[in-house]
Order: sequence, then C-alpha cells, then structure tokens
Amino acid sequence: MQEKGAIAIKIDRLYKSFGSLKVLRAISTEIAKGEVVALIGPSGCGKSTFLRCLNLLETPTSGKIYINGQEITDSKTDVNKIRQNVGMVFQHFHLFPHMNVLKNIMYAPVKVNNLSKPEARSLAMDLLQKVDLVDKADVFPSKLSGGQKQRVAIARSLAMQPDIMLFDEPTSALDPEMVKEVLDVMQAVSESGMTMAVVTHEMGFAKEVADRIFFLDGGEIAEDSPPDVFFSHPKSARAQKFLAKIL
Amino acid sequence: MILNSAAINFVIPIGVCNCLLAQLDLDFNRIAPSIPYILGGIWITLKFTLLSAIFGFIWGTVLSLFKISSIKPLYWFGMAYTSVFRGTPLLVTLSKIYFDTPQLTGYEISGFQAGVITFSLNSGAYISEVIRAGIMAVDKGQTEAAMSLGVSYKPMMLDVILPQAIKNILPALVNESIALLKDSALVSTIGATDLLRRAQIVGAEKYVYFEPLLIVAVVYYLMVMSLTLSANLLETQLRKSS
Ligand SMILES: Nc1ncnc2c1ncn2[C@@H]1O[C@H](COP(=O)(O)OP(=O)(O)OP(=O)(O)O)[C@@H](O)[C@H]1O
Ligand SMILES: [Mg+2]
Repeated sequence: MQEKGAIAIKIDRLYKSFGSLKVLRAISTEIAKGEVVALIGPSGCGKSTFLRCLNLLETPTSGKIYINGQEITDSKTDVNKIRQNVGMVFQHFHLFPHMNVLKNIMYAPVKVNNLSKPEARSLAMDLLQKVDLVDKADVFPSKLSGGQKQRVAIARSLAMQPDIMLFDEPTSALDPEMVKEVLDVMQAVSESGMTMAVVTHEMGFAKEVADRIFFLDGGEIAEDSPPDVFFSHPKSARAQKFLAKIL
Repeated sequence: MILNSAAINFVIPIGVCNCLLAQLDLDFNRIAPSIPYILGGIWITLKFTLLSAIFGFIWGTVLSLFKISSIKPLYWFGMAYTSVFRGTPLLVTLSKIYFDTPQLTGYEISGFQAGVITFSLNSGAYISEVIRAGIMAVDKGQTEAAMSLGVSYKPMMLDVILPQAIKNILPALVNESIALLKDSALVSTIGATDLLRRAQIVGAEKYVYFEPLLIVAVVYYLMVMSLTLSANLLETQLRKSS
C-alpha cells in the first residue's frame, strides 16, 4: 500500500485570507507518503492556518488540496470522510472531559467507523499500550498530567487509523519534563510509516525525526530543505535571521 | 419629645401584630374534610410542571440549535420566537391558547392541556437562551477535536457539546423549573384543578379563604425548597465527578 514515492498530500496554489489579512499566498508543494515534515517559522506566519487547511478546519480561500489523489477542496467532497483519514493533535489536547480515557479513544471508532464496542475497546487498549497508559484507561482527563493528556490525544487520533497525522505544537503547552515522553510517542508513530506534518518549536525533534523542514514566512514556504541542510546552511536571509534568534 | 416618639414607633407595630393575631383565629376544622382534596392538587401541579419542563427542555434544545445555526431562516425564527414569548405576559399566552384553540381547530382543549402547551412553548424560549449560552461557553477546541475525528454535526452536538453545556447550566435549568412550578398556579385561571384552584374551590364552598390558601402557600414553599435542595445535592455530586 505504502509504495515509495506515492504522493500523500499535494497542494496547488493554496491561498487563505481572513478578511483583508492574507495569511497564505500561493503555497504549492507535495508531501510523499511516509514523509515527516516539520513546519517552523515566526509566530503568526500562518503555520496553524496551513495545517488546519489540510483537514479543512479552515476553508481555503482558493487553491486545491489533494489527499491520496482526491481533491478535498472540491465542494462535493464529504468533509467528514476526509477528516477520518487525517488525524489532528492540538496544542491544548482537547480531550473530551466528560469521558474517561478509554471512552475518549473509543468514541470516534464506534460512532464514525461503526466498530462494535468490544472491537473498539481492544483497539483502544492496544493504542494505550503503545502510548504506555494502559493503567489510565478508566481515569478522567482532568486527572492526567499534560504529557499524559497529549499521549491520550495522540491515541485518540490514531484510533481512526488515519493515513496522515497533523500536529499543531503538540508540546508547547507542556512542562519541560513532559516534552520528551510526547516526542518519543511521535517518533514511534513516524517510524510506523505515518505521513506527518508537525508544527513545532522543538528544533531537536525537527532535526532528528523530520525528513523535510518547511520554513514559513510571509505567507509562503520560504524554504523547503532537509533538516541537515536547513540547520547548517539556510538559504534565505529570513531563515538565517530566524535561526540566529532561536538557536 | 424625640424619645417619646421613638417609643411610640416601637409600640405601634407590636400593637398591630397583636390585633391581627387576635382577629386571625385560625380554624382548620372547618376545612379539614377538604384538605385531602386540596392536597390532591399537588399531583396535578407536579405532573403539570414535570411535563412542561420536559417538553420545554426538548423544545428549548431545538431552538438553541436554531439560534447557533448558520442557516439564516432557522436563526431568525429562533430569535423572533424567543422575543415574542419573552415580550408577552404568560397569562395572555395561556388565555390565547386556551380560548383560541377551539375556535381555530374545533378541538375542545382542556385547561391542563392548554397549560402544558403554553408552559412548554414559553419555557422553551427561556431555556433556549440558557442552553445557547451554555453551548457558546464550551471550548471551541471540543468542536474542533470532534470534527478532526470525522464526527458529523449531530453526534458531535449530542455526545460532545451538549453534555458539557448542560452540566454548566444545570443551576440555571433548575431555576427555570422552579419558576415553572410557581407559574403553574396560573392554570387555575383556566379551570385546571391544580393546588391553587382547589384551594379556591374549597374557599368558595366554605366561605373561608385564609386557611386553604395558607395550606397551599406552605405546600408550594415546601415543593420549591425540596427542588432547590435536591438541585444543590446534584450539583455537588457533579462537581465531585469532574
Ligand atoms: N480565525 C481567524 N480569524 C482572523 N484572523 C486569524 C484567524 N486565525 C488566524 N488568524 C490570523 O492569521 C495569522 C496566522 O495565524 P496562525 O495561527 O496560522 O499563525 P501561527 O504561525 O500558527 O502562529 P503561532 O506560532 O503564534 O501559533 C495571524 O495573524 C492570526 O492573527
Ligand atoms: Mg499556531
């Protein structure tokens, strides 16, 4: 299924404006299946907006996005069908507070994919195993640490068995000592062959796990390079300035 | 002089009280045989309140969804509806429904039915505002999380958003049911034999109003208090669970 070189996401002249504010201008790129892309750039440059266009949480102003060859920006596409295949992990987790950990993970597979309760339960327990939280299955989210919440959120997304995972600053709301446990889970997900787009400030993670770095600035992908190239010889002056500031 | 008038001021209310008490001369014996009949109204009042609360809640939920809808006609309907019901006295709506229904449809509507309909429609308007505020107060991230999992609108609302919204607005919903319980006395004006109406009937028969109405007032008070107390209990329970 995962033939090498097949295109998971193709973006063709994507524009997004909020009123008169032009956030994304003519972004065109392709992301191959199994590729991990790290999105970095200054605050407010449109990283979240870019990511949210990929699962249509934001409606692009113009341009086309294809996922596995299917145009999702076509008005006839079933948005929910697309989203089932594109998971998203948020900075602030957004677990369902009135459901325990197990129910959080089981909910969408049961409601959306019509899995039976026992099937969904065993799927959820497998995923909890993967994120090392089996003992928290019956606990409510309010009783978890930030790192634990984010791992549950990742498991909840994976439960829909998506082809693509989007992460919007998944470790930015965490205490420093919890960052690693989440990054480790994300690395494991990437090693399973998942196509991933990750907005992050964790340059270590970007260097180590990403196949490509997108440096977003001025509403464009100002630079698109492998991490070793990007971090040692950034081409654009803007990327040089950005790196000088954060490294 | 000043001292004097102060003393008088102090004495007069006591005098009035004594005088009132002397005149009061409560006599429950005369109405004792009718007390079970009066208390039988509790069931009518409760049934009436419960039905109106349930229908009002369902209708209010629907209206609140209209009011947050991006479909303009639904939005306008929800807004106009609420405005009309908030802007007219309940007694007027009640009379309109009771007297107009036979005229318009030929159906002889009972006082009880007219009451349930009116109160459901009316509390629907109020509850929809409460639920709407509750929905708006749920973190937008909850909607986005559900949407990003491919969950469609209806299950998202029913399973994710509304349970959280309703938990937040539970105190307001209880207040609305208390208001409903008290306002239910209005149906006595269109012949439904609720608590108040029964007291009036007994009063008219026996030519005593003070005692039956006192009984009714006490009963209403006890019902409201027990509703308030059980609501408080429920709230602490919910707070513990979250
Ligand atoms: N719903 C919206 N309505 C109006 N403006 C918006 C909206 N969402 C984002 N913006 C604006 O679009 C620009 C890009 O926002 P975005 O959240 O994509 O940036 P970002 O790169 O993710 O920033 P950060 O690093 O702070 O998360 C910002 O100027 C923001 O204020
Ligand atoms: Mg952002």
